[in-house]
Amino acid sequence: MTVCGLAVLGVLGLIVYELMRGSGLSWHAFGFKFFSGSDWDPVNEHFGALPFIYGTLVSSLLALVIAVPLAVGVAVFTTEMCPKALRGPLSFFVELLAAIPSVIYGMWAMFVLVPILSQYVQPFLAKTLGWTGLFEGTPYGFGMLAAGIILAIMIIPIISSITREVLMVVPQHQREGVLALGATRWEMIRMGVLRNARAGIMGGIILGLGRALGETMAVTMVIGNRPEISKSLFASGYTMASVLANEFSEATGDVYLSALVEIGLALFLVTIVVNALARLLVWTVTRGQAVRGHA
Amino acid sequence: MPELAPTFAGPHAVPPISLRRRITDHVMTGAAIATVVLVLVPLIAIFAYLVYRGIGSINWAFLTQTPKPVGEAGGGMANAIVGSGLILGIASLIGVPFGIGAGIYLAEFGHNRLGSVVRFTADVLNGVPSIVIGIVAYSIVVLYQRHFSALAGGVALAIMMVPTISRTTEEMLLLVPQALREAAYGLGIPRWRTTLSITLRTATSGVITGVMLAFARVAGETAPLLFTAFGNQYWSLRYDQPTAALPLQIYTYALSAYDDWHRQAWAGSLVLIILIVAAVSAVRYVVRRGTFGAA
Repeated sequence: MTVCGLAVLGVLGLIVYELMRGSGLSWHAFGFKFFSGSDWDPVNEHFGALPFIYGTLVSSLLALVIAVPLAVGVAVFTTEMCPKALRGPLSFFVELLAAIPSVIYGMWAMFVLVPILSQYVQPFLAKTLGWTGLFEGTPYGFGMLAAGIILAIMIIPIISSITREVLMVVPQHQREGVLALGATRWEMIRMGVLRNARAGIMGGIILGLGRALGETMAVTMVIGNRPEISKSLFASGYTMASVLANEFSEATGDVYLSALVEIGLALFLVTIVVNALARLLVWTVTRGQAVRGHA
Repeated sequence: MPELAPTFAGPHAVPPISLRRRITDHVMTGAAIATVVLVLVPLIAIFAYLVYRGIGSINWAFLTQTPKPVGEAGGGMANAIVGSGLILGIASLIGVPFGIGAGIYLAEFGHNRLGSVVRFTADVLNGVPSIVIGIVAYSIVVLYQRHFSALAGGVALAIMMVPTISRTTEEMLLLVPQALREAAYGLGIPRWRTTLSITLRTATSGVITGVMLAFARVAGETAPLLFTAFGNQYWSLRYDQPTAALPLQIYTYALSAYDDWHRQAWAGSLVLIILIVAAVSAVRYVVRRGTFGAA
């Protein structure tokens, strides 16, 4: 049994070892410039990962901006306001979202979301908010905005199920205390519940961020896959996970392959840090009880 | 609203809740309900669209034939369905014993420093992007075998199963009452025997549920199979050959330019969801009946 326990450590070690070994060539060739260069040129073997890092960060942050208010709202509704009969089915439905494979999300986004975006949403955004510079260019549908929205739909269940767990750990007498002071229900939720659960909710959000950073299929199918950095959310982008999905099995040449593995290593390190942070935050609230219901 | 406010008039009256606070309360309640609606709309849209497109596309040919050459209508995904089964079988063979073993270790022997490290590692491993695990499986299996194979895909999915299985197994074992273990020790049964025949047996249904959750989670994974199992247009039942998988086939067909392939991608998605749900509920049903029979 101890062997199996150690195997878990071994697997993590193996991942780190293989990624470092595989990316050595690229690391020696480009050093830190790999992360600041925006040139991705397999023909001349010149590699810079900045467009991918940018794409990953922007699409994930966009997803958080959309998902966090919705997810926290759903969690608050199910724990504090919802009639008991509705509570079970509602959380079941939201968790059902987590069971859908990401390739199916991607396909739905391609065939349903993207046309809606390009026909209705993007022209509207361009007309009303075009002056910000965030919504410029041809409304193809495919691009950063579509990726952010589909990611948001995918991470809402994670954030909301963890937020719900954390809200349920807040002691009942907190709520009663605030209500007894004459608070309305919303004031009770704001002062008595949300304030106490801050750290845990933050943990859930960061866990959702971790998922969004590493999400591959759905994003690859709608983001447009062009390594460019553009301020507009209508423009195509590329993420670290997507470039791996598209180019890894076709990479010719050792340096090319090595550069891709280095992107993998960077993605791995970022998600490790993000996840460790999230776990610690959730643990401080639930005091080490295992948090269930997340992906 | 001539409700309570006037009757409380008196020297010790509680001042009525101001209009502004009451409005805020109502607005926030409305906002929470709105978030629930906003989250449920895409969920229902995805499911409805999936069923709508899928049901019209599943037919006998789809389930029994292999893909037709590019551009020709007809054909099916029979080889991908079987290939998915093969890859998942390999993944379960490797991942389930290690996962359960690690879970037993954590629950029965892991109340020390090493245990906490393993626990934390498993949680962090859970958040590693699946595409990164694909890279690792590529470099430890594909590079040695010198070609893509079902085995490589199985290893990638097995790595993803271990953390989920070990954490749920641990939780389930911890639910077994301590008295049961002590009773076994009192009868002079050695510790390893107690763990296997008493504790694990009592927790069987919970452990299997955890295994099924892990199974359902990896069954729809596409990213780690892209450069491990790789896909195949023909039948292959060999562990060391490139193998078709349902999620891979869905991905390829969804990105293609042919309407007939899009149709098949939807059919494949519906089959995938049905298989996942069916596998999980079948095992749950059998396990529940089994434990009732034994009790």
